[in-house]
Parts: sequence; C-alpha cells; structure tokens
Amino acid sequence: MKYTEDHEWLRAEGDEIVVGITKHASEQLGDVVFVELPEEGREVEAGEEIVVIESVKAASDIVAPVSGTITAVNAPLADAPGDVNGDPMAAWFFRIKPADAGAMDGFMDEDAYKALIG
Amino acid sequence: MADTTRRTGLYDLHVELGGRMVPFAGWEMPVQFPMGVMTEHLHTRAKAGLFDVSHMGQVLVAPEGGDMARAAAALETLIPADVAGLAPGRQRYGLFTNDQGGILDDLMFANRGDHFLLVVNAACAEQDIAHLQTLSGVTVTPVRDRGLLALQGPQAEAALARLVPDVADMRFMDSTALDWDGAQLWVSRSGYTGEDGFEISVPEARLADFARALLDQPEVAPIGLGARDSLRLEAGMPLYGHDMDAGVTPAQAALGWSIPRVRRNGGARAGGFPGAEVILAELAAPAVTRQGLRPEGRAPIREGVALFSEDGAPIGTVSSGGFGPSVGGPVAMARIPKDIPEGATVMAELRGKRLPLTVCALPFVTPSYKR
Repeated sequence: MKYTEDHEWLRAEGDEIVVGITKHASEQLGDVVFVELPEEGREVEAGEEIVVIESVKAASDIVAPVSGTITAVNAPLADAPGDVNGDPMAAWFFRIKPADAGAMDGFMDEDAYKALIG
Repeated sequence: MADTTRRTGLYDLHVELGGRMVPFAGWEMPVQFPMGVMTEHLHTRAKAGLFDVSHMGQVLVAPEGGDMARAAAALETLIPADVAGLAPGRQRYGLFTNDQGGILDDLMFANRGDHFLLVVNAACAEQDIAHLQTLSGVTVTPVRDRGLLALQGPQAEAALARLVPDVADMRFMDSTALDWDGAQLWVSRSGYTGEDGFEISVPEARLADFARALLDQPEVAPIGLGARDSLRLEAGMPLYGHDMDAGVTPAQAALGWSIPRVRRNGGARAGGFPGAEVILAELAAPAVTRQGLRPEGRAPIREGVALFSEDGAPIGTVSSGGFGPSVGGPVAMARIPKDIPEGATVMAELRGKRLPLTVCALPFVTPSYKR
C-alpha cells in the first residue's frame, strides 16, 4: 500500500492500481453525500481532477495519482456515498492502468504517510 | 467586519467539546463538533441542539422619556414592520431597508415593556447600530455583556424547563425575562431551524455555566454552524448575505410577508421607511422571487451555480444550496422569475453539465413551532 500527498491510498493489483482516500481524508471531509466517478476507459493525466466528492458542507476533488487509463469504477459508491466515511479503505473509487510501469515507486509508504498527517 | 477575530464566552467550552473552530463574520466559531454535521442536524430535528450564537448583535432601543409609542414610531422609520402593534412580551421578524429598496439586514425585535430588544446578524451589527443611532428620541445601547444561545428541537422545551420551568408556558415568538440561579435570562421562543425552541440571552459571567447546565440534559448536544446552515436551509429560511443583501428587495427575497398591511399602500401607517416606494410597488407584482429547488439527482447544487430555463435562457443563480440531511437529498433556493410555477423544471449548470431541478414550495421540512 502506498499513499499520496493528496491523501489517496494506492494498492497495486496486477498491472493496475486501485485508488481510494484515507481515513484521515474522510474525517477531514466530513459526511460524504455525493460521489461522481470518471468514465471507464478514460485516459487521464497525473494530477487531473477525475472524481468529485461532496460532503454536507463542501465539494472536493480526487486527482489521478498517475497518468493512465481508468479500467473500472466502484459504481455502487454513487448510491452509497456514506461508505467513504464508514470504511474508507474498502470504498475504492477507481482502478487505473498506469502508462508507466514504475508509477507506484515515488509514493509514500505507510510510515511516511503517518508522519505527514502527524 | 472586525479586523481581528473575536471569541465568544464559550470559546474554551467549544474547544473542550472538540469543536472545529473556523472564522465566521469576524468571530472564531465552531463549524462542527465530533458528531459531524449530518448527525448534529438530525439530532436537532429529533431531540435538542445547543448553538452558540453569541456573535449575533443584541441591541436595546429605549424611548427617551419612557413613551414606547415614540420608540416604535422611530423604529418604523427604518423597518417596514408593525412595530407599534407589537404587544409587550412578543417578538417579530423584520428588515432594515435602504433607499433603493434593498435589504440592509434582517432582525428579530421584541417588545420588552419599556424598550425594544433587537437581535441582528453578526456581520451587520456595527452597521445596524450606526443606522439605529441616526434615530432621534431613542437611546441605542449595544449589549456587550451578554452571550446568546439557541436551544432548538422538539425536546428543547423539556430540557430547558428542567432549569427554567416557566418556559413551558411560552408560545412561539413570546419574549420574556426569567431567572436561572440568580442570573436574568432573556428568553424568546424562536430560532432559526424550523424547530420549536428558544433563544436565550445570558449574562457573560454565567454563559458557560448555563451552557454546561443545558449540555448536562440528556436530550442536548452541542451543534455547530454547519448544521445551523443546513437546518435553516431545509426550513426555507433566507440567510443574509446569501439569499438577500443590499441589492435584493423584500419581494425578491420572498419576505413580503414581514411587511404587514398597515405599512402597505392604503394602510394606516403606509410607507415611511427607506425605499418604501420601490418596495411597496413591487410587492404587488414582483418579477423575481425566492423559490425552492429540488435537484433531481444526488449532487448538491450550491450557492453561485447558474440556473437556466429548459429552453436554455439564464434565469438566476442559486443563493443557498446543499444537502438536506432530513430531506435525504440536495435542496436549494434561488431568486428566479415568479412566473415559473411549482413543479416546473429548471436546469443548473454544474461542472459543465446541465442538471434538472424541480421548482417547489418552501420550506422543505414542516416547521414544528408551538403556537
């Protein structure tokens, strides 16, 4: 498991990466009431805002951690956005096939992420 | 607005309770407590929520020479409401207007026998006080030594009556002074959530004690500004600076109901307030007014989102919007042409997409006032 500075968790599965947000991020957002997911098959650039996540108070974005192709999205999340608060490690948003095979290398491990959030 | 952030007398209590403090209208206020906005909102609708609203302005307006009719007449030159007809021990909602017919602030005013007590918005308080000080024949006294609490929800009476039994006899919009443990409370049966409840002005020296005594009641939980906003939005209540401002008239804000017949054309005390000509002419047939909107999808449609008719013509902008926890979906309000009927579909442009909303009656939840 790796982590981004944008509070995403990344889990490598085969040649794809599964992406969600951390418990810390879900706590900061508050109660999530709406999630808009990207289209499967979409080509995205690293840093591109591809998920909209709205809490009771505000809208936020989730960015693509790497450049690549969206291979799957967690469609049930759109009808149960509260799962993001309930179990953020299980509530994945999308799977991405990175354009670059070594894409996972630059991200934080758990200890580094824990140090980041204090 | 103040340059430096101010703290209410409950700042330490908010921090102790885990409140997330944010700047708001020049004050440092709790936006939410650990329960979270959604749970706080639902708790208030089911039980009782305690809000710190000490940032709001409390102002006394007393007649020189003791003649309340004179003070009422003075206030009626600034406020298009029936101040003169307000009985002692009663409170009403009103507006300060400007010469163009816009709204300078909205307020509550109570007749306390020998003076009026006004409660005004935090961000407008200094401007309102200056405005009131232009009146002759009255003494205007900002209340600096009291905090203000709101206890809201169906169990508010049960919780407060354990501390102050006489509140059980109060009806909606009653206003009276009651004793709690040697402290004089100024209590009104009103609020800003669509629920039964009370607003309680408390001497600063006893504010934290009284708040703790309320929080010791099993029904009562501390609630932040986040849930206050979602509660008032669901209740269809406009918020100053969002649903109304100096460029919005009472009719456009759907607040014509606060201007009674006696102050309208043909009434015994018609006009005589800033912008009367514009305001009264428009009340008869406003082109635009505040209406409720129910987005058909799940996405909240928030303030500032542009609205269009089904055939693509721009019709306005959302003035308040978000997720309504009791409604279980998004809700919004906007000033749009009055001839768009309830049930009609309008479109919101959100992140490059046009999404449908249904025009609907306000409020989104049925109020439960004890009349």
